[in-house]
Amino acid sequence: MDKPAIYANGLTKTFKTRKGTITAVDHLSLQVGRGETYGLIGPDGAGKTTTVRVLLGLLTRTAGESSIMGFDSMNDTYQIRQLIGYIAQQNVLPGDMTVMENMKFFAGVQGMSKEDQNKRIPELLEFAGLSDFTERLAGKLSGGMKKKLALATSLIHEPEVVLLDEPTLGVDPVSRREFWNLLGNLRAERGLTIFVNTPYMDEAERCTQIGLIYAGKLIASGTPADIKALVPGYVLEFVPSDNAAALKQIDGMPGILEVQTYGEKLHVFVDEVARRQPQIEAALSAVGISYSDLRPIEIHMEEAFISLVQRQKRLAASEANGVSAVSGGVA
Amino acid sequence: MPINLQRLRSLIRKEVTQLLRDRRALAFMIGLPLLQLFLYAYAVNTTVYHIPMAVVDQSQDAKSRAFIQALVNSQYFNADMYLQNQNQVITAIDDGQVKTGLIIPPEFATNTDRGTANVLMLLDGSDSASVSSGYGAAGLVAQNFSLGLISEQIVRKTGLQTGAALSASSLPITTSERVLYNPDMIDIWFLLPGLVGMLLQTLAVQRAALAMVRDRELGTMEQILVTPARPLEIVLSKIIPLLVLCLLAFVVIVGLGIFWFGVPFNGSLFLYFWLTLLFIASSLGLGMLVSVRAGTQRQAQQLAMPVMMFGMLLSGMIFPRLGMPLVPSLLGDLLPLTYFIRISRGIFLKGVGLSFVWQDAAALAIYTVIVVLVAARNFKSRLD
Repeated sequence: MDKPAIYANGLTKTFKTRKGTITAVDHLSLQVGRGETYGLIGPDGAGKTTTVRVLLGLLTRTAGESSIMGFDSMNDTYQIRQLIGYIAQQNVLPGDMTVMENMKFFAGVQGMSKEDQNKRIPELLEFAGLSDFTERLAGKLSGGMKKKLALATSLIHEPEVVLLDEPTLGVDPVSRREFWNLLGNLRAERGLTIFVNTPYMDEAERCTQIGLIYAGKLIASGTPADIKALVPGYVLEFVPSDNAAALKQIDGMPGILEVQTYGEKLHVFVDEVARRQPQIEAALSAVGISYSDLRPIEIHMEEAFISLVQRQKRLAASEANGVSAVSGGVA
Repeated sequence: MPINLQRLRSLIRKEVTQLLRDRRALAFMIGLPLLQLFLYAYAVNTTVYHIPMAVVDQSQDAKSRAFIQALVNSQYFNADMYLQNQNQVITAIDDGQVKTGLIIPPEFATNTDRGTANVLMLLDGSDSASVSSGYGAAGLVAQNFSLGLISEQIVRKTGLQTGAALSASSLPITTSERVLYNPDMIDIWFLLPGLVGMLLQTLAVQRAALAMVRDRELGTMEQILVTPARPLEIVLSKIIPLLVLCLLAFVVIVGLGIFWFGVPFNGSLFLYFWLTLLFIASSLGLGMLVSVRAGTQRQAQQLAMPVMMFGMLLSGMIFPRLGMPLVPSLLGDLLPLTYFIRISRGIFLKGVGLSFVWQDAAALAIYTVIVVLVAARNFKSRLD
């Protein structure tokens, strides 16, 4: 049993619409080992949801290979469904059923015996912090509790792999943290393989492996540290008095690789801090822009992500100007 | 495709829980057919009595007054107004004060003796029930009145009392009518067997269409599809509770028909039950088929509407299928109701057995198999 938990090779999914063919997932290859927490990171519409749906056999695959625990997504769909737990992005558990009824329903559909159910359901409700809400209708739970219930129902049959499609979408930061703590416990205690789609960079940092997806293509993958290392140079952060003017002044200066705005802050990617920092300070003073807190900072996932996406955009643009056209992506 | 009973049970329990939880929808599901039943039973009346009538009596003699009295005595007409001429009568009908007008020209008595008397009945053609009732009744009253006059004349001319014995049976040709199965022509007796079918078909088609679409529209379906539940199990889990619900409605409607409205049940209840079950299954299948084209519950409801409308107009429930042009008649053949109405009327009122309704029963069986197969094939086990 040394097959990867999740495997995709040249995975492609196209949708036919009235306007033509859209390639949502474009020759995507990835491999997730047992016990890993893999984060598929990408902007909205990059193809994250389509990828996970094709992996699960919920959508037909257009081309390529994909499997979960060695079972082919298309041909062994039902074997896969006994081994995995899944929280859909638009996860809607029957809202007119109580927490307990939902648990029993999914346990029954997964073929659990009554004895197993009686033992496992209270455990999971305890784990998810829902023990006091068993008689509450699922539709009346708060956003965070709904996601915890979804996690509990998806774990009922002790799956080996769980796939979570933006599980914390629309959930407050405290509940998000709680949710991720639950996932962390699962990984530590059971060695569960977790595949998670997320647009949140702080969640990406919690993964053991991540893949960056943009316009249906996997543009980078590796550990969070690997991804950050892909971005060349160093970052200087400061707050200028006039954001737009400062951006205009600095962009294009020698040694400046990239400028990103973060609210009132500017993040400037430079090739060498010691040499460029005085140059930037001088350039800003020359046009009368005051600034504060100018200092080098560590590259976060967010800067790395934006940098890699922009690089990909430039690449795509130059390709489009050249020979081949680039197809757009959908969710 | 193998069916796992534990999974099916869990899926059915989910559907039943949801069905029972929405009490208002449930009350609506059972209540609406009952409301329709009572409306049809009490409001639909194809024979109209006491039609308001305006009278112009230009003769003012004993015979004309006797004729007017005969019309009133028939219970079909009320002599509500006495007017001077035909124009006033037409105005009164235009105003809606009366539904019919009677004009007796001068010298009615003299003309009856000569055998050339003629009266004019004006009927409000905008009201078909009044027209057909009044039309028939006026003819009948005039005929009987004439017979009375003839016998009087014979008595007078011959002086013999034989004339008094003259009656309808003395005419060279007479018809004696006997309406089988419903001798008193009670409307609800005609209506109920068809009504059972129409109410059940509406309920079944609508609920089945909604049930198939609801989980998909809400997004619950993705979460269910990703479990080991097979498509056939999911389809069955939605059909079986609705089958029970429709049977319940069936028992209530037929029970009310027999015990409340006193419609006699002359056939085999056993046979009726099984054929109704078949009919409900075919209607549920039709509902599933309808839902294949619907993306939302709203669309499902809208698509189910024409089924209900066609059922009412084309199945023979209200308007006879005899003499229906080819295209609407064929459209009617697409509905299970068309077959069931013949079965229902046959068993309910006529008390016939399977040997008389087997063709319609076989048609329903074939229909059920086809729609369920097509619907199951169209059930998408993936999202695209």
